[in-house]
Amino acid sequence: MKALNDVNLTINEGELFGLLGPNGAGKTTLIKILCTLLLPTSGEAKVLGYDVQKETNSIRQKINMVSGGETSGYGLLTVRENIWLFSQLYGIPTKEANRRIEMLMKELKLEHKMNSKVRTLSTGLRQKANMVRGFMTDPDLIFLDEPTLGLDVNASRLIRDFIKKWMSEKPTRTMLLTTHYMVEADELCDRVAIINDGRVLACDTPQNLKRLIHQDAVLKLEIKQVAEVSAFRNIPGVRNFTHDQNIATGTTMLKFILDDEAAVADIVAAVPKSGSRIVSVEKTEPTLEDVFVTLVGRGLTNHEV
Amino acid sequence: MAVNTAFRNHNPSARKRNIDTFKCSAWLGWQMESNWTDPFLFAVYSIVKPIAGSLILVVMYAIISAIGGNNDPQMFYYMFVSNCFFMYVGQVLFGVAQIVHDDREHFQTMKYIYISPSNYLSYMIGRSVSKLIVTTFAVVITMAFGIFMLGIPLSLFSINWPLFLVVMAIGIFCIMAFGLALAGVSFLTAKHQGGMNEGIAGVFYLFCGVVFPVSTLPAWGVAFAKVLPITYWLELIRRSLDLGAGLDQALVGTSTMVCLLILVVSTIVFTVIALIIFKAGDTVARQKGLIDMTTAY
Repeated sequence: MKALNDVNLTINEGELFGLLGPNGAGKTTLIKILCTLLLPTSGEAKVLGYDVQKETNSIRQKINMVSGGETSGYGLLTVRENIWLFSQLYGIPTKEANRRIEMLMKELKLEHKMNSKVRTLSTGLRQKANMVRGFMTDPDLIFLDEPTLGLDVNASRLIRDFIKKWMSEKPTRTMLLTTHYMVEADELCDRVAIINDGRVLACDTPQNLKRLIHQDAVLKLEIKQVAEVSAFRNIPGVRNFTHDQNIATGTTMLKFILDDEAAVADIVAAVPKSGSRIVSVEKTEPTLEDVFVTLVGRGLTNHEV
Repeated sequence: MAVNTAFRNHNPSARKRNIDTFKCSAWLGWQMESNWTDPFLFAVYSIVKPIAGSLILVVMYAIISAIGGNNDPQMFYYMFVSNCFFMYVGQVLFGVAQIVHDDREHFQTMKYIYISPSNYLSYMIGRSVSKLIVTTFAVVITMAFGIFMLGIPLSLFSINWPLFLVVMAIGIFCIMAFGLALAGVSFLTAKHQGGMNEGIAGVFYLFCGVVFPVSTLPAWGVAFAKVLPITYWLELIRRSLDLGAGLDQALVGTSTMVCLLILVVSTIVFTVIALIIFKAGDTVARQKGLIDMTTAY
């Protein structure tokens, strides 16, 4: 089984490049190859001009990586000790390492946990500490693999703001970001590649990607929760349809990408037939998620249609 | 206040980075060995554990001598010294191999260490140093207990110090090389590694003259024992301490210098093999994407 197939991408210096794709699409595999964690079975990959198979040491001096949704770290050590330890693997003098650690911890609002044992940190705080570890080496290229996975709204926003600031401070800094969150990719990335089943389906700026379906009308319909949504699938004029149950509000969000706006009347008429009623209606501009659904045939958080 | 994270670029030499890596990984290893409880409890544990181990030997010897009707104290010294120094095999060899499993599965830090520009071998050797220190402490405690409580006739003046120090250095180097070979295999395995360690410990314990002389083994066992550097290492330790030496008929005809030469040559051979295994394990793990594997086994 091939995790990646005919992937051909070029990421420019100074670019914040996003990889969007569902679980198992091949995003992490691609990052692992570029980080020198995994050897490709065929093809060629170069990072900062160096071959990932033959020039690993030249690459490793200039990169770093942060993975989200994990609990890495030595629980017996304090946060500062943990990060200092990694600074030594890069040969950063202790005084300079401590200065960087303090600075980055302040940036990520983690300074109050500097001397806490890692085992006492929550998932969000561990992720922030992991970010400090990754950025402390001031890499030319950093790989962020779903850095906000599992974080609350405030922590996610803090990390997104930090990413933007970090990129803006030095024009040569480059970042490869994978994310499940379309809004995050839309907000942060200069260019985005949409990847599915190991293939790159599209690669462009978020604006240009959205223009791919610019002529499409997008209709969002929030209805009282229903168990069966198949009636909405085959309405003429609907190109793509996704749905998402919200247990907290007891509603179902239906999202249609329309070939023909005349379908709106049929969609609205289908709601009472399904035994539900409309809570809200919204006609929106295309988002990256719409692009994703169009290209992949399904959303990231709901079922295949 | 706006903070700029564009830090001054540091580009240390590979040598400095490897030294830093060695130092910090040795520090990490020591923290993990010693910092899991309060210092008093750690001190008690470090003393009681080896003493308890040596008491087991007393019981084993009592049973063997009662069954066999052999009360030769040299046999007890042989067992005591061999078992005492075999702790290095158990702790250092398997401790080194365990590092891969711990860092990858438990702490999930291995991928971050691996993608750093440091030499992973420097890191492994640094981590092993703490195992070496803790084991040396346990060996000293055990030997002291043997001398003062069990009547082992050893004094600082009766030791052939030059031979002892040379043999210790070569032996520990050899044991660490074995550990690196196992670490190379550990790249490719998960929980199986624990069983593998126990199996290899059993082989060394059985064939290297730890509990009974090599000469009591069948002919094929003696032949096998004679290619293992641990066999010669333990024999040379016994000779340098003058405890239980000359008891093993399989080695009694081999002079100390020849034993030493065989130890050096076999250590070099096993070190080369260990480095090849380590490198091969590393490469295959990278081909199969196992460097960041977490199995939750």
